[in-house]
Amino acid sequence: MLRGNLSFDVAHLLAGSLVLVSFMQLYQDRLYALLNVYALHALVLAASVGWQAFVQGAPHLYVTAVIALVFKAVVIPAALHRIIVRLGIHREIETVVGVGPTMLLGMGLVALSMVVMLRVTAEADPLAREDLAFALSVVLLGLLMMVTRRNAVSQVVGFMSLENGLVLAATGAKGMPLVVEISVAFSVLIAFIVVGIFLFRIRERFDTVDIQALDRFRGERQ
Amino acid sequence: MIDALAGVLVIPAAAAVLLAALPGYRLTARLNVLAALLTFVTASSLFVVEPASGTYLLVDDLNKVFIVLTTFVGFTTSVFSASYIGHEIEIGRLTPRFVRFYHAMYQALMFAMNLALVANNIGLMWVAIEMATLTTVLMVGIYRTHEALEAAWKYFILGSVGIALALFGTILIYMAARPVIGEGVDAMVWSALMGRAAQFDPALLNVAFIFLLLGYGTKVGLAPLHAWLPDAHAEGPTPISAVLSGLLLNVALYALLRFKMLLALNPEAIAPGPLMVIMGLISCLFAAFMLYRRRDIKRMFAYSSIEHMGIIVFAFGMGGALANFAGLLHMTMHSLTKSAIFFAVGHIAQVKGTQKIADMGGLTVTNPVLGWGLVLGVVAIAGLPPLGIFMSEFLVVSSTFAREPWLAIILAFGILVALGGLFLRVNTIAFGEPRGPTAKAEASYVPMFAHLALVFMAGIYMPAPLVKGFENVARLLG
Repeated sequence: MLRGNLSFDVAHLLAGSLVLVSFMQLYQDRLYALLNVYALHALVLAASVGWQAFVQGAPHLYVTAVIALVFKAVVIPAALHRIIVRLGIHREIETVVGVGPTMLLGMGLVALSMVVMLRVTAEADPLAREDLAFALSVVLLGLLMMVTRRNAVSQVVGFMSLENGLVLAATGAKGMPLVVEISVAFSVLIAFIVVGIFLFRIRERFDTVDIQALDRFRGERQ
Repeated sequence: MIDALAGVLVIPAAAAVLLAALPGYRLTARLNVLAALLTFVTASSLFVVEPASGTYLLVDDLNKVFIVLTTFVGFTTSVFSASYIGHEIEIGRLTPRFVRFYHAMYQALMFAMNLALVANNIGLMWVAIEMATLTTVLMVGIYRTHEALEAAWKYFILGSVGIALALFGTILIYMAARPVIGEGVDAMVWSALMGRAAQFDPALLNVAFIFLLLGYGTKVGLAPLHAWLPDAHAEGPTPISAVLSGLLLNVALYALLRFKMLLALNPEAIAPGPLMVIMGLISCLFAAFMLYRRRDIKRMFAYSSIEHMGIIVFAFGMGGALANFAGLLHMTMHSLTKSAIFFAVGHIAQVKGTQKIADMGGLTVTNPVLGWGLVLGVVAIAGLPPLGIFMSEFLVVSSTFAREPWLAIILAFGILVALGGLFLRVNTIAFGEPRGPTAKAEASYVPMFAHLALVFMAGIYMPAPLVKGFENVARLLG
């Protein structure tokens, strides 16, 4: 019984921390700091997935945890860091909405996902239900970040933290086939490649990765 | 022994690898056509010999229609693409290196779409649609101009968000199925899901469907999630616009329809129909009004695609044998007509050297075949009798009128508004003073007129086996 409670508490703690780190991403105003927080995000995810693998006795989940640890927490932030240095991108993050309103919006989204998920999963086992609610919060916070940022790099970070939320949901769903874990890792990999190409091309043309600079005449205005 | 089901996957996959390795655009363009033709023939054989479905691949009456349509348009587009790309190389807009990449991506896209259609596993289907999205993102950005990059970036970001929401919905479906079917792969297999859907937790199914509708709805191009669509259509190579409008939107719609069928089997879950009706109606009306402000020819037809996808989703949302039949017919007709229009538009833009409507004029005088082809295509897409789209739109509106007269009136209003917008623009392009360069086009007209002939035929006479097949599928859709 003690074991059962402990496993639940730790999973709960880790998933909750992931939401907390998502909030931390929202108020960063420097790109380097944002990347560090993202690395922390991935680290917490890796711990959470690892714990799930241990509790569920599902060794294949360790693979997902290792991918999160190595790839998302180390390789991607380092690579993005390099890109920022090499391209001389502005290191301030330009936001569309101020930090205060963004945080309030984020709290609203978390409340929303709690209300929705906890209500509909009333009959599922408590661990899966909490995980799912937290996962949805992380997904929504990632979306919020993509919407409120103008800078391409921070949009990508928003997208990646959104994917972390999906991984959390997939591991919380007990016994979900390996197909999905692979696919999520796969998509992150692809996303990274694509992003790399895009950053390269964008740099080639305009010497900036600021989305606003891309938002030019599109054949519709005269 | 490879059966036809594996064939539609293996041929494009092998072709993609081969085309990535081979130099020389003339050879690769021909190989591209050949591979697309082989895939189409293989897909058609599904009607003769139906292979058995397995845990990962599935074939039934519903996806057969989609597969054959996809491979057919994929084949005709590859023919058009050969002459289009030839011209792009001549004027130096694309380098041979990019053309090699383009052909490989074309076949990879065909593979991904076929995989999404034959997948018997909701996870596999998701992976396939994600792959299709990524290949098209790369192709939209292939010109590497300012606008192309912006369009590709926007498409990538919005498409990824859509695909992420769809994955969340997929996970929820698994959560709903797990207590009934048990852990493991079986709880993600379509055939297993369909059999036991009545016992699933309805609340979870409801939330899952919302996410799936938003996620895959983004890929279908439903308003207000359509923002990527006009840019992606306008800035990529025109064959890709044809494939996007004619095929990729259908594939996303197919995913949505499968989940709709799943929900329909559970008596306590929400009815997915009304949600689809509302989104379809909004898309149709919104796009119809947007047609009036268009100055770029490819963006105009992209908005027209949104309008038609709205009508199709509306029809499937209404449900019932007749409305489903109409939706299915409309989807087929729209794929054929819209790709035919893009074939014409591609060559027109090459002749004129621009996509701006203001710089085009008098096409029926300077390039009669292209000009009249475009006019014919627009007459078809606007839904004038006796062409196929008139038939299907008439069926949608009349079947709705019997059940919900107000909705039918709103829909008919949207269709008429769109008709006005299209004719206003085409009038300036096709008739009046010739404007812009008047060079002769080195075009392949065969795919365009083949599509238009099919649409024309469908408006006058539909063969009995086809009607029967569509009726079958319509019943299946519930």
